[in-house]
Amino acid sequence: MPALLAAVVAVLPLGYLAIRAGEGGLSTAVEVLVRERTLWLVLRSLGLTAAVTTACLVVGVGLAWLTTRTDLPARRTFGVLATLPLAVPSYVAAYAWISAFPSIAGFWGTFLVLSACSYPYVYLPVVAALRRSDPSLEEVSRSLGRSARATFLSVTVPQLRPAAAAGALLVALYTLSDFGAPSLLRYDVFTRVIHSSYRASFDRTPAAVLSILLVVLTVAITVAESRSRNRGGTARLGGGVARTAAAVPLGRLRPVAVGLCLAVAAVALAFPAGSLGYWLVRGSSASLDLDRLVGAATSTVGVSLLGALVTTALAVPVGVLAARYGTRPVRLVEHASYAGHALPGIVVALALVFFGIRFARPVYQETPLLVLAYAVLFLPVAVGAVRASVAQSPRRLEEVSRSLGTSAWTTLRRVTLPLAGPGIAAGAALVLLTCMKELPATLLLRPTGTDTLATRLWTETGAGAYAAAAPYAAMLVLLAAVPTFLLTNAQTRRAARSTEGAEPRDVMEGGSR
Amino acid sequence: MSLLEVRGVTKSFDRTPVLQGVDLDVPSGALAAVLGPSGCGKTTLLRVIAGFERASGGTVTVGDQVVAGPGRHVPTEKRRIAVVPQEGALFPHLSVAGNVAYGLPRSASGRERRVGELLELVGLQGYGHRMPAELSGGQQQRVALARALAPDPAVILLDEPFSALDAGLRASVRADVRSALHASGATAVLVTHDQEEALSTADVVAVMREGRVVQAGTPEQIYRRPSDIDVARFVGEAVVIPATVRDGVVWTTLGALPLAGAAADGVGIAVLRPEQVILVPVAEGLPARVLDTVFYGHDANVMLEVRCPGDVLMPVMCRTQGDLPRSETVGVKIVGPVTWFPKRPHDLPAGGEIAAAV
Repeated sequence: MPALLAAVVAVLPLGYLAIRAGEGGLSTAVEVLVRERTLWLVLRSLGLTAAVTTACLVVGVGLAWLTTRTDLPARRTFGVLATLPLAVPSYVAAYAWISAFPSIAGFWGTFLVLSACSYPYVYLPVVAALRRSDPSLEEVSRSLGRSARATFLSVTVPQLRPAAAAGALLVALYTLSDFGAPSLLRYDVFTRVIHSSYRASFDRTPAAVLSILLVVLTVAITVAESRSRNRGGTARLGGGVARTAAAVPLGRLRPVAVGLCLAVAAVALAFPAGSLGYWLVRGSSASLDLDRLVGAATSTVGVSLLGALVTTALAVPVGVLAARYGTRPVRLVEHASYAGHALPGIVVALALVFFGIRFARPVYQETPLLVLAYAVLFLPVAVGAVRASVAQSPRRLEEVSRSLGTSAWTTLRRVTLPLAGPGIAAGAALVLLTCMKELPATLLLRPTGTDTLATRLWTETGAGAYAAAAPYAAMLVLLAAVPTFLLTNAQTRRAARSTEGAEPRDVMEGGSR
Repeated sequence: MSLLEVRGVTKSFDRTPVLQGVDLDVPSGALAAVLGPSGCGKTTLLRVIAGFERASGGTVTVGDQVVAGPGRHVPTEKRRIAVVPQEGALFPHLSVAGNVAYGLPRSASGRERRVGELLELVGLQGYGHRMPAELSGGQQQRVALARALAPDPAVILLDEPFSALDAGLRASVRADVRSALHASGATAVLVTHDQEEALSTADVVAVMREGRVVQAGTPEQIYRRPSDIDVARFVGEAVVIPATVRDGVVWTTLGALPLAGAAADGVGIAVLRPEQVILVPVAEGLPARVLDTVFYGHDANVMLEVRCPGDVLMPVMCRTQGDLPRSETVGVKIVGPVTWFPKRPHDLPAGGEIAAAV
């Protein structure tokens, strides 16, 4: 039952959006679709997506290889630095660049900012795949007479492909759905045009029609990616722990490699931080409205906490069911909950605006509707976390518990959830982080008269008041650092524990992970 | 009286029959082994008894309660049947004491005392505060047993509990588990594919093949009086030779041998165990040529080619604890009764064979 509710929550906006788009009449919809402007819009959006995805693949895979497989100096530090851009919201980075170089607005600025913000989506899974991949495969290839380069191409790359493809999909979806960077950098892609056409006219049919078109694009990309998967085996045969591979000596290229890593860190982190610092210092001479800042921070934390709680609560039943019972209806519910993944924030927000005006007037532009939007958008994150952590605790433990006279519910409470607890908590922290950074839905659905850090930053930057925007940006980065820190910390601890526990591994293979 | 009674249990997965009418009786307080090659359905049988799977047909009775039968499926937690899975499957988030106490009612008085007793029973007193990850494989297995014993279940099911342990540890953990089970008076079913484990650990052995129990009895009965040639081959090494029964005597190319049990006259095959073949001076037995010797320390297997009357060469394996043969030619003698089966055409190559148990 609760799982069904979650599924309904997830697909409701999309359904309503379709109805709303149809209301304007088919002819209006068709007219919007066949405009020349629309064609250019599609081309610009796809072009940007392709460019950003390519850049992220190059940077992400390159950094991943450098930080895991070579003798790069300070590998660990570079490894941590490489993941940090995840904590920088795209619109904060956009603010940092445009406030320094107003002329960067347009394609190049958007490309630069989105690439710098989203390459970790490729970097992280590829690092994981490199760590997981069994170096003995490479050793075997070398022993059979293949050179290092041939081995990399014929053995290592195929092992990385699924991870890189999954990362690239995330980047593509992120680029298509990101609202903050293109809107601040004034590059007319879908999200920005949808927002402005929603703001500009009384007739909101075009906004709805364009939203549907955007959803179609994201779904098409997702389907294309999943079609290209499932080729080639990536399974590790046999037991045994994968050893860590020996580092590849970089030789004379070492300084070059260090330079490249530094350059990425400079673009993605140092420059935004520097720019933000500059405006903070400059702005402190201007009058700082402390009440407003604290108010925005409080409401950011408030709605984000609510969002994380509600989303996780909805995700637990779906995730447990998905991990334990792979029946058809369950899969359907699970897939429904993933709808938010392909839905850009601006689209969900718009759908809920229409829905709120028509059916839920009392909560329109009140907190519940905003929390609902967060739940729709971030349910996939939470469901994924719950599902993965439940699936990791072996089913056999639950059977043992039942055979000791414990009912299904008590088993869930005493065995399944405690074991999955850390994973679920990590999922909740991730949702919290994402809620705090969320811009478009918050912008459209925030309670009247309330501002969050993200919306203040957006408004001030849009008005060119860079110094006034700085404190909000700084505060946001500061607050977002808390869940990020918790997440990284938990992960490091888990990694440490799994290496400690390597000794009595033989029996715990199915038992502890 | 049987405490656990399985009658005609069937189970299919997607129309593939896995259990095809299993009968099994386990007397109260006994340790029964279900022995069979992998894929024979023994683990499925265990899961049906535990209630993890629903039987397609047949009944399972524990004491006087039918726990599985037509239109009846008592949920696992109401069956009082505890399991010890393959790798122990301790709850990783609970201490050793927490694991053992898991099945005890929260309010039960003397919880701690009971946990202490059980840990002592399995030889792990003082380990209560440890976490499962800090234990060796054998220790984990013993904690899993204590956990299963704690709620005083009617039956304990052990699913290949020793197969994950290395050979040296296996024998000692096996002995500990056996004595702990006997000391607690528990009724237990051990599922295994290892015939040595089944014979040495259990009071009763049921041999399973293709979803059925083909023979059940004491370990000695199973080994010495196998019900058919396949059981004979499965439970131990066997020397199989053509033989004819007449008037209660087995006539073979190795001579006339006493018959174990009774059989009607006819043509067939005889099975003898390698330890029934003994080496003697050439003059005192049938002449044989030594082909190979495999030395194990406590004993040795000697592969022989016996020259039988009529100049027929017969492969025979001998297990000896005495001196290894010094010369290429030795004499052999057969002692003790042999098992005889009526001949089935596909059972035997013309010249006899030596079946080594897997």
